[in-house]
Amino acid sequence: MHIPDGLLSLPTLAVTGAASVGGIGTAVKKTKEQLDDHKIPLLGVMGAFIFAAQMINFPVGMGTSGHLIGAFFASILLGPWASALVLSAILIIQSFFFGDGGVLALGANIFNMAVIANFSGYYLYQLFKRNERGYSSSGIVAGGCISVVAAALAAAVEIFLSRRSELMIVLPPMLFWHIIIGIGEGLITLFLISYIAKVRSDLLLQPVVNKEGHHGK
Amino acid sequence: MENSKKFIWIGLASALIVAGIFSPFASSSPDGLERVGEDTGFIEWAQDNIISSLIPDYMVPGIPHEGVATALAGIIGVLLTFIFLYGIGKLITPKSKVKEGSKV
Repeated sequence: MHIPDGLLSLPTLAVTGAASVGGIGTAVKKTKEQLDDHKIPLLGVMGAFIFAAQMINFPVGMGTSGHLIGAFFASILLGPWASALVLSAILIIQSFFFGDGGVLALGANIFNMAVIANFSGYYLYQLFKRNERGYSSSGIVAGGCISVVAAALAAAVEIFLSRRSELMIVLPPMLFWHIIIGIGEGLITLFLISYIAKVRSDLLLQPVVNKEGHHGK
Repeated sequence: MENSKKFIWIGLASALIVAGIFSPFASSSPDGLERVGEDTGFIEWAQDNIISSLIPDYMVPGIPHEGVATALAGIIGVLLTFIFLYGIGKLITPKSKVKEGSKV
């Protein structure tokens, strides 16, 4: 899902870059307002774990693989704004230190994975009724799947707007592969959240952010 | 050890195990985007990064064993990400803005 340099046109890079700069600015502001300083180690450890998980490509058949994005997972535990910050940090490190995802395409990758995947999964998940342990299994599978599919849709549109291909040529296979990868995302997220429900149920039962009126419960 | 601290250590240890032990066994097949790019042709537009990265392709240069090079890259990445985000958190979060009853 990491877009390399060269794939997107200058206008597409400019627009997604501007959107990402705005997104990170808002994420910093909201995280500042909402995050307890006690949760700073959690911010770091979520980033570390998602970085590691993103290295693990799992086969999805026919010579293709996928890996966790993790934005939806982080949004459940930290709220979507802190999650956006976590994913942006990971994408910046991957791009500059490991050559994974273009440096010029960083804005597009942040837009797709830290913003689109993150908020689409998070808001879909809010529609599901949680169980007494603070989560919804079907909601997690649905949220994980939609987060990957929405990011893939965004990538397909960016490739089309860059005139690298026709939308109707790129979109169907992008959706096909990423629905499968998205189910993987949902199942891995469910495994992680059900473990956390056992050891740190407070993270799921308390509101993720500390201000009244912000995504309580 | 306090429950919340223990959780952080377990999380960090899991990240190091995943990145340092499992990563060499990850699938090397193209991911969804690369696969579609190969099938429809748009991957031909892809270029190398405009800057050369220190650890290209998640392999520490100069290490002959691929698995070890990948594992080391994973461990470096995990620690780098943790420190980076911990630093950002410290930088932007005002001190002890904690509501009663919340713990982390």
